[in-house]
Amino acid sequence: MDRNSNTYTFMFSSILVIVVALILAFVSQATKSKYESNIENEKMQSILATIGVAVDRDKASGLYNDYIKESLTLNADGSLNIGVNAFDINLHKELKKDANKQSFPLYIAEKDGKKYYVIPLYGAGLWDAIWGYVALESDKNTVAGAIFDHKGETPGLGAQITEKWFQEQFAGKTILTDASAGFTDNNFISVRTVKGGAKTDDAHAVDGISGSTKTADGINNMIQERLAHYLIYFQNN
Amino acid sequence: MAEKESLFSKKNIQLLKNPLNTDNPITVQVLGVCSALAVTVQLKPSIVMAISVMVVIAASNVIVSLLRNLIPNRVRIIVQLVIVAALVILVDLTLKAYSYDVSKQLSVFIGLIITNCIVMGRLEAFALANKPWASFLDGLGNGAGYGLILVVVSFFRELLGSGKLGGWEILGHKGKTIADSTGLYGFGYENNGFMLLAPMALIVVGIYIWIQRSINVKLIEN
Repeated sequence: MDRNSNTYTFMFSSILVIVVALILAFVSQATKSKYESNIENEKMQSILATIGVAVDRDKASGLYNDYIKESLTLNADGSLNIGVNAFDINLHKELKKDANKQSFPLYIAEKDGKKYYVIPLYGAGLWDAIWGYVALESDKNTVAGAIFDHKGETPGLGAQITEKWFQEQFAGKTILTDASAGFTDNNFISVRTVKGGAKTDDAHAVDGISGSTKTADGINNMIQERLAHYLIYFQNN
Repeated sequence: MAEKESLFSKKNIQLLKNPLNTDNPITVQVLGVCSALAVTVQLKPSIVMAISVMVVIAASNVIVSLLRNLIPNRVRIIVQLVIVAALVILVDLTLKAYSYDVSKQLSVFIGLIITNCIVMGRLEAFALANKPWASFLDGLGNGAGYGLILVVVSFFRELLGSGKLGGWEILGHKGKTIADSTGLYGFGYENNGFMLLAPMALIVVGIYIWIQRSINVKLIEN
């Protein structure tokens, strides 16, 4: 057959594409469950890390149920949404909706008899998405721990949000101006990073990272925006 | 062919060896520089990237070489792209399932192997005109030549930029103050943050080319 004829070209291309598509579809199906369990385990690992339980990714699912007692899905008005599994909520998709139509996942953990509230975060860094988890102590005011991760922040600069020294600073900070004045919008101050270093007595600020102001702004906005939605639930419960 | 060539004849060995030095894809052919700058911040992802590229080049070289008498000339670039893209997706899926942390670090760069000029360059220049075994060696050689540069560059970038190699703190531990630090950091040593940025990769590659050409004078253009 003439290799330069149109018929040959069409036939060759079609067969090639079908064969390639079949192979890819097969491999994709074969590795899918393993990939998804990697993602789930990582999520569990992050949630556990915020309450101070350090665990390897493979072992996260085993310990997860020991610590996480409840997974709640909240509506914007603070009421419970029974129909949605909190663990399956994709914040990337939720954030595209109007704030009053979103679902807000909340994990309630218990460690050494103490109760913790773990709130997932999601926002924008300098280059791409950033996300994380922040755990509040039983007073729903003091931060117990925070974990951050990112898709494509600058290595050595913004990417340092994944480092321990940065995340450890958040523990012990508080999100309310006055601990006894309740969970109102006016009283909510959040925790923010400060360029040039936070004052040692500032209970609502941590040191920023030099050279990554925009990533730090992203962290500030993300914590502020996400936590604000949970105030009404904290006020009522 | 008059007589059968042995699998590891001198000519075949050359295919494997030349890309490591005198015909290196990055420093001599100046192909694939973009990804070499991007993934070389740390040693471990560089090694995985090097292996991935080696696998993709070698496998696509063999496949294209096997099909070389069947591929219609007019659509050969597209055919090559389909083959390379399929192989890259296979590598990506495998990493996601079995080496998740590394796949997270390499994220977009794995996908960018498709556009790595070395791969298409070797397919066009070599695999379309040579037998599968020779193409396989050529692919391995060029992949290794690319990997060699990646490893060398990332070695210096990670060592000088983060004071680590493969994640191990070999220069000592850096604490908040000098008193908290051990090893070199205890003497007030600081990491060079500039090494972490892409321009330094270019400079390291430049120094490599300089040294390579001073040793091997034949490579210097007139």
